[in-house]
Amino acid sequence: MSLSIKDDEIDIVIGALRPDLTSFMNEWRTIFSRFHLIIVKDPDLKEELKIPEGFNLDVYKKPDIDRVVGTSTSTIFSGYSCRYFGYLVSRKKYIISVDDDCYPAKDNKGILVDAVAQHITNLTTPATPFFFNTLYDPFTEGADFVRGYPFSLRSGVQCALSCGLWLNLADYDAPTQALKPEERNSRYVDAVLTVPARTLMPISGINIAFNREVIGPALLPSLRLGGEGKFRWETMEDIWSGMCVKVVCDHLGLGVKTGMPYVWRNDRGDAIASLRKEWEGVKLMEEVVPFFQSVRLSREATTTEDCVAEVANVVKEQLGSKDPMFARAAKAMLDWVKLWKSVGSST
Amino acid sequence: MAEPATATQAAAPAVPQLKDELDIVIPTIRNLDFLEMWRPFFQPYHLIIVQDGDPSKTIKVPDGFDYELYNRNDINRILGPKASCISFKDSACRCFGYMVSKKKYIFTIDDDCFVAKDPSGKAINALEQHIKNLLSPSTPFFFNTLYDPFRDCADFVRGYPFSLREGVPTVVSHGLWLNIPDYDAPTQLVKPLERNTRFVDAVLTIPKGTLFPMCGMNLAFDRELIGPAMYFGLMGDGQPIGRYDDMWAGWCTKVICDHLGLGVKTGLPYIYHSKASNPFVNLRKEYKGIFWQEEIIPFFQQTVLPKDCTTVQKCYIELAKQVKEKLSKVDPYFDKLAEAMVTWIEAWDELNPTGSSVTNGKAK
Repeated sequence: MSLSIKDDEIDIVIGALRPDLTSFMNEWRTIFSRFHLIIVKDPDLKEELKIPEGFNLDVYKKPDIDRVVGTSTSTIFSGYSCRYFGYLVSRKKYIISVDDDCYPAKDNKGILVDAVAQHITNLTTPATPFFFNTLYDPFTEGADFVRGYPFSLRSGVQCALSCGLWLNLADYDAPTQALKPEERNSRYVDAVLTVPARTLMPISGINIAFNREVIGPALLPSLRLGGEGKFRWETMEDIWSGMCVKVVCDHLGLGVKTGMPYVWRNDRGDAIASLRKEWEGVKLMEEVVPFFQSVRLSREATTTEDCVAEVANVVKEQLGSKDPMFARAAKAMLDWVKLWKSVGSST
Repeated sequence: MAEPATATQAAAPAVPQLKDELDIVIPTIRNLDFLEMWRPFFQPYHLIIVQDGDPSKTIKVPDGFDYELYNRNDINRILGPKASCISFKDSACRCFGYMVSKKKYIFTIDDDCFVAKDPSGKAINALEQHIKNLLSPSTPFFFNTLYDPFRDCADFVRGYPFSLREGVPTVVSHGLWLNIPDYDAPTQLVKPLERNTRFVDAVLTIPKGTLFPMCGMNLAFDRELIGPAMYFGLMGDGQPIGRYDDMWAGWCTKVICDHLGLGVKTGLPYIYHSKASNPFVNLRKEYKGIFWQEEIIPFFQQTVLPKDCTTVQKCYIELAKQVKEKLSKVDPYFDKLAEAMVTWIEAWDELNPTGSSVTNGKAK
């Protein structure tokens, strides 16, 4: 853990889609217990949450969400999007969020991976989006910039987002997992790298961390599939949010890193059953990717909120007529910016 | 601590892939002793040795290898006045080997690079991995967070559009180095003891629009699809700069690949780089490059190739034109380089007329 980061600058936000968090919290205890946790219960979840003792946490349930944002708005936090409520009410600088079906992973040497520490390291060392370093993150111990890397680019930029990966059940879509039901990811890639500027990628919400002060408003609940469900195979909300975040980061000169830390993602759900629900999302990406690749924000958009609002307007103009889902997403993005300004805080 | 594999550990594949379609190009000024260690992996393939420095010196090639060897006299004889584009006293001369090859693929390696071991202790067949990289598609248009989706036990992640999953042909496979990393002179001076011991088990496509520093120590490429872009520039004797040959080729190649929709991969395989060159000598060679790259990088980042550049040669000639227009103000060297780039293409086309057959060349 970086010495300059105090534990009280970090919030760990967990969206609870399943009621019994006992084994999840116990598995993460050694890593999580020093930090403040925000647990947000999926408003659609009926059962009571079971959370073991010994943590410093705040739990938010439907009544709390209703109280803060109003009953009509609270619907945006259904399902996996419940975690965004946690981002909204957090007052910390850094947020780390993992899905509630993920446990700590072990690295190649069999040592437990402290995902929090690795995310914080990623966020507190510079990113290098303007030129690719072939030895990956030059700020990692034992590595550096290679020959041919311009010196003027070696100080890098601030890293706003750290995207981790998954062992065991990788974040494949339903068709892929259905085709290869036995496939599990056992490859531990000992690297962190900066995603180059203007390069887009699917940012998974399963294991993610960010600098809330710098990029908070850009992680948002907006795109909701018609058949969205309670498995990752049945959502695209994080992928959509991630495309927005990357476009905003590229515009503002902020960095996005990907790679370590790994978490161990437990087997859950049935890819074939999810196929029908996610197919909608799979088709959408054909529009979504070229769209985001073409988005250019104006010079006047200098804050994250402004950037998000601009993206929302472009979504409305260019995609709104193609599918009502996009029109709703654009509106949700604009509503989110307003909500962030009134409820959220940048300090 | 990284260690090279010992020769006895190296187990050759039962069927060497692309045996008759790939040449191994090795520049050397010292000796070829390192080949002994690579024998199980390299022996099935044809070698093209480019002997730099004193042509009267005899470089012994270990027995059992099928090869052609070219020294400076050969280069001058074969290219005539066009030989001026081939560097002398710099490993940049290796690109002569690319030009005379008649094969579809090239693998080039430095003579101080040995067989590395993976974390399980197994000897790494670098050539085999390069071939795997080249024979599977690249994915430059959208980043896959699980790296190369065409590797065993990997795939495209959720959110990756299906229309982009076919990928594009991979034309460059850029390998890495354990032990002595490819640092520039200032970094070597500051960290003389740093060794790369991190084995990163990944291959990834370098996204479109992103430039990278291409190292020529452990490199393979599709000569048919990108060969003419692999000119390693004017370096070494009589030139104001050295150790930027592969960098230059890499920047040109990447711009052209991005324009033509071709892919570049980096990552595995690792080789074991044994020799740390003298950082003070390196500094003198690189010195100008360190300043010039500040201008060169923006130049390449902003270069746009016109739509009618539909072949590598046309792209390259256009690049040469733009180098002359925009970089000569940095230093007159770039004027010379731009001309040499054109000479290179002329020589390439002369030695590789369209429709020539794919068999081993013999040293003429």
